[in-house]
Amino acid sequence: MLVPISWLRAYTDIDVDVTEFAERMVMSGSNIETVKTFGAEIKGVVIGRVLSVEKHENSDHLVICRVDVGSAALQIVTGATNVTPGILVPVALHGSDLPGGVKIKKGKLRGAVSEGMICAADELGFDDKVTPLGSKDGIWVLPDEFEIGADAVEALGLNETVVDFEITPNRPDCLSILGMARETAAVFGTALRYPNTASEADTEQSAADFIKVEIRRPDLCGRYAARVAKDVVVAESPWWLQRRLMFAGMRPINNIVDITNYVMLEYGHPIHAFDIRTIAGDTIIVDTAKTGETFTTLDNAARVLDADMLLIGDAEKGVAIAGVMGGLNSEIEADTQTILVEAANFNPDSVRLTSKKLGIRSEASSRFEKGVSAELSGTAADRVCALIAETGAGRVVSGIVDNYPGKSVREPIDVRVDRVNALLGTELTQDEMAKMLERLEMDVATAPGLLRVTPPHVRLDLTEEVDFSEEIGRIYGYDNLNTTLHRDNVEAGCSRSWMLRGIVRETLTAMGISEIQTYSFVSPVGVDLIGLPADSDKRRFVKLINPLGEENSVMRTTLLPNMLDVLSVNFNRSNADVKLFEIGNTFLHTGEDELPEERIALSVGAYGAWGFFELKGIVEGLLSRLGIAGAVFESASDTGTYHPGRCARILLPVSGIAERDADDDAPLREIGFMGELHPDVRTAYDIGAEAWGAEIDLDIVIERADLMRYYTPLDRYPAVMRDVSLLTTEDVTVGAIEGIIAKTGGKLLERVQLFDIYRGEQIPPGMKSLSFNLTYRAADRTLTDEEVAKVHEKILNAIEENTGATLREV
Amino acid sequence: MLNKPDQLLEEARKLLAQAASEADIEAVRIRFLGKKGELTAILRSMGSLGHEERKELGKRANRVRDEVESLIAEAKSKAATLLRAARFSAERLDVTEPGTPVSLGNLHPITQTIDEICRIFANMGYSVTEGPEVETVFNNFDALNAAPNHPSRDLTDTFYITEDTLLRTQTSPVQVRTLRGAKPPIKVISPGRCFRADSPDATHSPMFHQVEGLLVDEGVTMADLKGTLDTFAKRMFGERVVTKFRPHFFPFTEPSAEMDMSCFVCGGEGCRVCKGGGWIEILGCGMVHPNVLRVGGADAERYTGFAFGMGVERIAMLKHGIEDIRLFYENDTRFIGQFG
Repeated sequence: MLVPISWLRAYTDIDVDVTEFAERMVMSGSNIETVKTFGAEIKGVVIGRVLSVEKHENSDHLVICRVDVGSAALQIVTGATNVTPGILVPVALHGSDLPGGVKIKKGKLRGAVSEGMICAADELGFDDKVTPLGSKDGIWVLPDEFEIGADAVEALGLNETVVDFEITPNRPDCLSILGMARETAAVFGTALRYPNTASEADTEQSAADFIKVEIRRPDLCGRYAARVAKDVVVAESPWWLQRRLMFAGMRPINNIVDITNYVMLEYGHPIHAFDIRTIAGDTIIVDTAKTGETFTTLDNAARVLDADMLLIGDAEKGVAIAGVMGGLNSEIEADTQTILVEAANFNPDSVRLTSKKLGIRSEASSRFEKGVSAELSGTAADRVCALIAETGAGRVVSGIVDNYPGKSVREPIDVRVDRVNALLGTELTQDEMAKMLERLEMDVATAPGLLRVTPPHVRLDLTEEVDFSEEIGRIYGYDNLNTTLHRDNVEAGCSRSWMLRGIVRETLTAMGISEIQTYSFVSPVGVDLIGLPADSDKRRFVKLINPLGEENSVMRTTLLPNMLDVLSVNFNRSNADVKLFEIGNTFLHTGEDELPEERIALSVGAYGAWGFFELKGIVEGLLSRLGIAGAVFESASDTGTYHPGRCARILLPVSGIAERDADDDAPLREIGFMGELHPDVRTAYDIGAEAWGAEIDLDIVIERADLMRYYTPLDRYPAVMRDVSLLTTEDVTVGAIEGIIAKTGGKLLERVQLFDIYRGEQIPPGMKSLSFNLTYRAADRTLTDEEVAKVHEKILNAIEENTGATLREV
Repeated sequence: MLNKPDQLLEEARKLLAQAASEADIEAVRIRFLGKKGELTAILRSMGSLGHEERKELGKRANRVRDEVESLIAEAKSKAATLLRAARFSAERLDVTEPGTPVSLGNLHPITQTIDEICRIFANMGYSVTEGPEVETVFNNFDALNAAPNHPSRDLTDTFYITEDTLLRTQTSPVQVRTLRGAKPPIKVISPGRCFRADSPDATHSPMFHQVEGLLVDEGVTMADLKGTLDTFAKRMFGERVVTKFRPHFFPFTEPSAEMDMSCFVCGGEGCRVCKGGGWIEILGCGMVHPNVLRVGGADAERYTGFAFGMGVERIAMLKHGIEDIRLFYENDTRFIGQFG
């Protein structure tokens, strides 16, 4: 909301400088976006009158003007097309300064001397969009009310400070100069002066002689006030009015339109003016449109309406879309003589929906949709008439046609003094609070410990007790509130999941892997790119109704596609040795009426580093850090995502068990996959190197994590080591043999570790040699060779029996 | 004959002075003191001499042997020192050569910022609690006192899954869940992802993070809100920082405020970080609206409380001088790696 300070001063006194004004307004809740000063840079610009306009001999688009600037008649060359003899214009003399550090000097244009410049409005600091209609795309043709040769800054009042207030959605009353004046008066304790709304009216006729109003939808139109002015002369507005509009960000059009805009800015109440000639049957009918009805708005666009849209009509046709935009068929024309001034109140939701459906956002609609007090309509119509009379734009007809089906009486609201103090942490007295509210134009009656407050009708936001604590707080000043800490008996904590995710992050970063964060919404194509089968559960997406685009249209069911995107970005930027992980939610569709299941997953991805077993070591290390034993890695060749020969399905026993008691037959639960990414997958992501990936259901891991550590006494008796090399076929896995060793070795076997795999000339083709180191130890004695030999023999027999692997003769 | 040992001593002294290596010294030892050495030979030959002569020569030879032995020890030690010095010299490193990098991963800057915020509030007694990213319309809007037709509910602003479910636009629905799930006193902080239908540009991201805080108890005042958030700002940005609270509007708090902080870079003088204003807008806050307490099942007469919410990306961008929010989600390792 642009507020020119000089306009604000018309309603209340401001005795402080702009800096202090801005500071105190901000601290009372009227936040400021910008403070802009106009005119300060302009020097040497005067009012001139164009005496003659002649063609420039050497140019088709330049003209040579003689301009009377009081002290002299200057020759000025201009390219403007709207320059004509007789008009008043701002003239920048030789040596003058314009905004933006522009200096004007005498010069020659195509051989013709130019002793200055005729200025356009934007050259004097105004935005193009506020240039008066008649001076658009040309030099500024000024109203004929200034003395020739006068300093333009002074004559036009170009020195101005305009404050752009950020108005929060709860304060539509502040979308007006008067609203901001009310705030200013409250903050500075000054008096508020209202503008004149009385006008001398022609009493021979009454508005009712010209117009009847029928509201067929009182739910959508709570009030319709209409006044009439006749003998209208449509012309340019007086400069003082144009000036205020321009500084407040609106383009002057003509006196009638300007006055309606002026009153809208002044009171925050939109006004519409119709040429009464166009109103058929002298009747205004407020009703919803018919579905499919077309209507041409002021901007000459044909709009298709529907039955939810409120349309202002006459006896035959629509004339305006209520609260949104007027019709081309009833607009003010140059020869308009009698006008109907509409000050109506429309339902905010109705205006909002209509404006949205039609894609029209006007100054009027943006105010109506936030809420305008219906009590204002009569006043606003009267103010329009007062300005019409005052500016000589026409003769006001007496009387008002005022249909007000939505009138209601506002009940006072009880505000408990101690409740306000309890909330603010203050010790304000009832009297102090009452005074603060009265500064905001509230009526305050008192009862013991109680304020009975009736706010001004424009304050639609004040509906319950707590609302007044904010009013008191902000007038008292938030800065004046104490700064304390609440005393309580609450202890801090965090969920197990939160804590364990922290440990997972720490562990992975310590392993040299960095964290990424990616969007929760993804492209549905990702599951194709990672080669998931058609019947995969991960294709049952939670879909967005209104995504920004296909690439963010579903909630992710797996973290891998995002990980691959990130690997791809890094690969294609030549970042070397990339090792990454992400912890984030995946979303599983559960049912139409339910929230999806959100499961936390962990993804790991890398290229330029690692092989399968480094990645496996990372997974194992992480599980070990979390105290999870018994993980099983099964070959998985059909995932689609991973290399068929280099992928493991990772499983955990369903219930936690200690490593030593690992049992082949314990039921297992899949927690994820890891391996080398399938060449097709990494090609799909444009990753030109071997890449590794893993994805694990972190919720299960977190559920199973056990951070308790039980002390094991340090070994007091020596260990006995035995190495064994086994010759076996390729289909026998290391995991299977390790399982047999662990199971058969019993309590005496402390550890089994693979230390070599050999394939080659020394052994038959299709065979491999696996070498294990077995450690035997007893906690309570030194083991004898006989004891060890017995167990060792048993183990070798069990291996041969179960897998056919035999002891390799070396 | 009697002078022979001293002649040998002089000769040994001369040879040892020239000896450059351990081997040269050993050769000297063998020549004079070895089984067939010259000095040994003198001692062996003494049998043919007379008593007095033998006694004198023995005395001299033994003295010379001791002296040669000590000269050899001295020369050996000197040679060893030289050898060491030569080895050290040969092994000398250019310590200005670069160190071998140790690969350490690091956390995403957003995670680090969330952790830091949560740690500060945890130290003030706040518990960390989380809510789902897909929320009900009721929890995200209705229960938070948002007007039924508030524009933020529009499809142009909010991502919807169904008519009744959406991607939460703020972490505030966790307030509602917490209030419904527990009795006051409640003191929680809730970090998480939020979503708004903004096309990505330097300052907008359709997904971003917030941290929400909520304290509900008997006797909580707006002064407590100021004290808590002022403490937070000082711990997060440094003790020099001062805060101010401006009235603002949020549907779920009343009174509501925005907290500004004096610029932690320039101290309020005006610089690039605070865009010359000296103040930086940090967070929104206010006293929990009685309607929100009621919907949450708390006695709005007995309890009061405050709530606050802050944008994690904004704070991370301020703290680290990051100018484009998209960098967070591009995950270029050259970016992520700067926050290790």
